[in-house]
Amino acid sequence: MATAPITLVDNSWVRPLSQTLTIYFKEAKYEFLTRLRLRAYSISTITFPLMFYVLFGLVLNQKDAPVGGVGIATYLIPSYGTFGVMGASLFGTASGLAAERGLGWLQVKRASPMPPFAYFMAKVALGMTFSCVVATLLLLLGVTFGGVHLSVLGATKLVAILVAGSLPFCAMGLAIGYFVGPNSAVATINLIYLPLSFCSGLWVPIMFLPKFMQQIAHFLPPYHLAQLALSVVGAGQHESNWIHWEALIGFSLICLGVARLGFHRDEGKTYG
Amino acid sequence: MIATLDETQELRKQGSGNGGAVIASLRRASKNYGEVQALRRVDFTIRAGELVALLGPNGAGKTTAVKLFLGLAKPTTGTVSVFGGNPIHAEVRTRIGAMLQVAKVPETLRVREHIDLFSSYYPRPLPIDEILRLAGLQEIKDREFGELSGGQRQRVLFALALCGDPDILFLDEPTVGLDVESRRVLWEEIRRLVARGKTVLLTTHYLEEADALADRVVVINRGEIIAEGTPAEIKASTAGRRIRCVTSLDIETVRGLPGVIEVRRDRAGLEIRAGSAEPILRELLIRDAALSNVEVTSAGLEEAFLALTGTNNDAT
Repeated sequence: MATAPITLVDNSWVRPLSQTLTIYFKEAKYEFLTRLRLRAYSISTITFPLMFYVLFGLVLNQKDAPVGGVGIATYLIPSYGTFGVMGASLFGTASGLAAERGLGWLQVKRASPMPPFAYFMAKVALGMTFSCVVATLLLLLGVTFGGVHLSVLGATKLVAILVAGSLPFCAMGLAIGYFVGPNSAVATINLIYLPLSFCSGLWVPIMFLPKFMQQIAHFLPPYHLAQLALSVVGAGQHESNWIHWEALIGFSLICLGVARLGFHRDEGKTYG
Repeated sequence: MIATLDETQELRKQGSGNGGAVIASLRRASKNYGEVQALRRVDFTIRAGELVALLGPNGAGKTTAVKLFLGLAKPTTGTVSVFGGNPIHAEVRTRIGAMLQVAKVPETLRVREHIDLFSSYYPRPLPIDEILRLAGLQEIKDREFGELSGGQRQRVLFALALCGDPDILFLDEPTVGLDVESRRVLWEEIRRLVARGKTVLLTTHYLEEADALADRVVVINRGEIIAEGTPAEIKASTAGRRIRCVTSLDIETVRGLPGVIEVRRDRAGLEIRAGSAEPILRELLIRDAALSNVEVTSAGLEEAFLALTGTNNDAT
């Protein structure tokens, strides 16, 4: 059969912007659909922080025992909010990435002209969206049942800080996702996530932890996010906010560097 | 169905032959993973319109070769070229379709959702209805991937390979694990692709598949190409006839006949391999009046393959 003359690539091709945006949108849309239909992610991300909050912030609430200068119901919103954001971000990125890498799906996508960034952005979007949902729900619970008083501005600021704070943990999730296998991903994430949360003072407020642990906390990213969120309600340790932002940004950059290493290392994995 | 495939085979034989331009190649390409040499200075070309089968045992380097063509790995030395460009660049991949072996595909997405997403990656994808038709997925387009059978899943992966209307497709062991019926269906779909003018590189360790589909077979073992030619040429390149019979002669006597390469017991009878069948048959008929169930076949591609890779393994 007649074959048309072979056209060669011309090296100057650029994808039109509208097509690129469509790819980013669809990648995110289908990531959401996949995870929402699975239910494991959406349910656990939202239920655990809310459950802890109801238990420790509402039910076992001793209204006249202030923590950090505010009621416990108020204190625990930024605190469990950080916990929730961290979980939403880590599980939104790392477990999906580890599974899709380890089981060959990411390779299929990389064999196509999909821009790799769209893939990662979809996962980050998932993490950030659920962070927003968790933070908002906690706030609603607190305001409705916990007697928490927060101005609209304050509430917006709190949620905005928590959502912004989801980014360092999305970066962390990408870094973890590149270095764990598909079967051990969830366990590994929990092994890091849970002790990290405790030692950052997200469960037991930081001032109730032993002195040496309080000092270690300064090296832990969740501590810094929690402090930024707590300062909105006036319950932080009154350190300069810049320290916290710098710690989070620095941490994000390190994680992105690690993720990038993993991205480039991946080509050398299997043979056959 | 059989008629259709004969017709398409005829059309292709009349048309392309060896005339197509080279559209993809590996030139002196090596790929090392640490100390393992997955490919050693391989020269490999693919011409427009042909269906090339890359045939080899597991670990031979087939998947590595495909990864080089897809830009998923870079050659340690040598070059890879597809449509005159390096497949590392996304632009080249807009003209490539790939079907890889994958352990897990997102199970909660529906068939048409998978296709919709992959189609968006390409500048000029086929309309979704045509993709569904080409891959035989119209009935199951709304099913979640996790609900599909093995054969259906492979057809979805096939659909993802062709959704961008690529000019060349790389299929890595596309029928592994499929039952006979599903395999035939996929073969038919692959043949239709080539009949429409696409180029296909297929890797396989199923000799029957290479024999059934390929214009040209390239045999690879331990990272090196050890033979190349049409299926008929590969079969002819190894001497051999296979004689099956039931005889009262004992196996050692038969083994001692001149010209016999090897004798095996095959249930109630013997299987004899020899360079040429006639002298052996004459001896058997003279010596054993009760000789029965005689079958003579030429060494199939399997023999050729085993012979090629066997000598290759012995030589190194």
